[in-house]
Amino acid sequence: MFTAVIAIGLTGAACGAVLAVAARLFAVHEDPRVEELMAALPGVNCGGCGFAGCADYAKAIARQQAPLNLCAPGGAETVQKLAAVMGVAAAPLARKVAIVLCGGDRQRAARKFCYNGIADCAAAAAVGGGDKLCGYGCLGYGSCARVCPVNAIEITPGGIARVHPELCIGCGRCVRACPRRLIHLVPAERFIHVLCSSKDKGPVVKKACQVGCIGCTLCTKLAGGAIKMDGALAVVDYAQPLENEAVIEKCPGHCIVKVPAT
Amino acid sequence: MTMLRAARRSPGGVHPAYRKEATQGRPIENMPLPPLLRVSLSQHLGAPAKPLVKKGDRVRRGQRIGEAVGFVSAHVHAPTSGTVQAVVDWPTPAGGMQPAVEIVPDGSDEWAADLAPCADWAAADSRALLARILEAGLCGMGGAGFPTHVKLGPPANKPIDTLIVNGAECEPCLTADHRLMVEQAAGIWTGARILRRILNARTIRVAIEDNKPDALAAMEQALAAAPEADAAIVALPTAYPQGAEKQQIYAVTGREVPSGGLPMDVGVLVENVATALAAAEAVVEGRPLTERVLTVTGRPVARPANVRARLGTPLSDVLAFCGGLREPAAKAIAGGPMMGLALPTLEVGVAKTTSGLLFLAPDAAPAFTSLPCIGCARCVEACPMRLLPAELSQMLEAEDYETAEAYQVLDCIECGCCAYVCPARRPLVQHMKQGKARVALKRRQQQERKAQA
Repeated sequence: MFTAVIAIGLTGAACGAVLAVAARLFAVHEDPRVEELMAALPGVNCGGCGFAGCADYAKAIARQQAPLNLCAPGGAETVQKLAAVMGVAAAPLARKVAIVLCGGDRQRAARKFCYNGIADCAAAAAVGGGDKLCGYGCLGYGSCARVCPVNAIEITPGGIARVHPELCIGCGRCVRACPRRLIHLVPAERFIHVLCSSKDKGPVVKKACQVGCIGCTLCTKLAGGAIKMDGALAVVDYAQPLENEAVIEKCPGHCIVKVPAT
Repeated sequence: MTMLRAARRSPGGVHPAYRKEATQGRPIENMPLPPLLRVSLSQHLGAPAKPLVKKGDRVRRGQRIGEAVGFVSAHVHAPTSGTVQAVVDWPTPAGGMQPAVEIVPDGSDEWAADLAPCADWAAADSRALLARILEAGLCGMGGAGFPTHVKLGPPANKPIDTLIVNGAECEPCLTADHRLMVEQAAGIWTGARILRRILNARTIRVAIEDNKPDALAAMEQALAAAPEADAAIVALPTAYPQGAEKQQIYAVTGREVPSGGLPMDVGVLVENVATALAAAEAVVEGRPLTERVLTVTGRPVARPANVRARLGTPLSDVLAFCGGLREPAAKAIAGGPMMGLALPTLEVGVAKTTSGLLFLAPDAAPAFTSLPCIGCARCVEACPMRLLPAELSQMLEAEDYETAEAYQVLDCIECGCCAYVCPARRPLVQHMKQGKARVALKRRQQQERKAQA
């Protein structure tokens, strides 16, 4: 009985000694800032920063391998917090939201044929170039809505994708998911947009859609440099201020609209 | 000469209603020149040809108007003499827009003498013959449109011993190849001999399904009239997809093309009968590919027919030549019902790969809802490539491309047997097409990354 106690006791002491040495020898020095950075990040794991979730991004910041302003959902506030943890000054980040630059729903945009296949935009686009007559417009099969981590994208009853800006965290997943590259990240305070992406010329656009940009260039004159022409398509330059709401009224293609700012 | 039987029964497959009665007995009709030809520069697999003509140019039949760009590409020739009206971007049956040359025919149909006839091809150098095939812009006319000169020039370590001339025409509704074999058997044999000479192959096998007894007889008669060493006709049992390359090689020779491999890996090359005939015309008569035979069929068509039309003839004109529609059609398909492509517009021109123009009545093309897979495994039984379509489609739905790649999604030949038998009406082929494109894209990106590193 006594020998047994001694033997077990000695074995335990030996194991303890080995563990104590190993703990010193193989200790992993984790940056204490990672925990703090994690706490500062929103924790939605959207992947918008390009890292595999918030923890991965926090580690990269701690190792000084990533800039502080990649977290779109967190916005300016998070950048400030991250900067405080890292002890550096950070430029504030403007909140960006996604917008689908197409307004041609089923009532307004013509369809070429009846598509009866997989409800996926890329799959639909591969069949005869998509069922929409316009080769640039939103197909409405919800590839963007499926990847949105916060369910901010709605496929309207008219069969077109709409981003709810108040819900959007600006992670940019939908931007990458859209096979027609219709979704753009724009500053959240902006409210005047050209809801068309068709690079076709006026007559072609008119045949395909009631709310398409016909390339008349009228808006470029009214917008004072904030709307520019890309071929036959008017594109808002979000770096320039645009306040003249007259462009909305005057647009003969009815494709410039006011989307409420948040 | 006795007719050979199939060496093996290829696995899987289905027996759809063949519906060839409407056109199989009808001789090929030459369609008159339409008022405008719209010749696509992307009628083949691979890079679109580069336009060589501009607005206002006068062209003659057989003149090269599009030049092959890169290794996998094919030349395009003017289908008749006339004036180039414009080079426009135009829809293709596969979807998307590609450049096309609009030609207003002048009616004289005068040939350009760019390619000299070569009656004595048997004495010609095989490289010179291959150059002629390239010059004539040949590509696989069965439907895939792979440039023929690329196929005919395998690397030196992959010798071809057997040439299979594919006259199976297993696709329902189509009879264009069938009629070619009945009407131009001698020409097909000449083409086969030329192809064999280019390949330096030993054996020629002409594979024909046994539901075409007149084609079998005509081809055999032509062979008897001009006997040929180690050449024979193989009568294959009627089944779909008996005309698919890998299935046909297995049925005719008993050899199995390895996964991810090509027919040349087992020393075989398959060419469609129409391609063989085009090769004969290109070499013997010096005529580039400017026309093809297609079957216009389906219940709504007033006068189903086999039509020889110039490349670039708008399909709407082909339909008008066949009397238009006698009842409303819900769907127009370029090719056959199993593998053909639904057409968004009939303004598409006849291409080198257009083997048929099929119209479906509304009751034959109902809109349907796909239901979840019930796990019946009928698709597994039907798959001629011995894949698991049900499993694969669910992996692809879940965007699990790694597992799908491991389950050999790239081996899918898109024959449509799985979707044909699926009681849940799942869009299996569409899943496969999507998945193949995604897996291929992933592989390309990986290779690019490796090349960069």
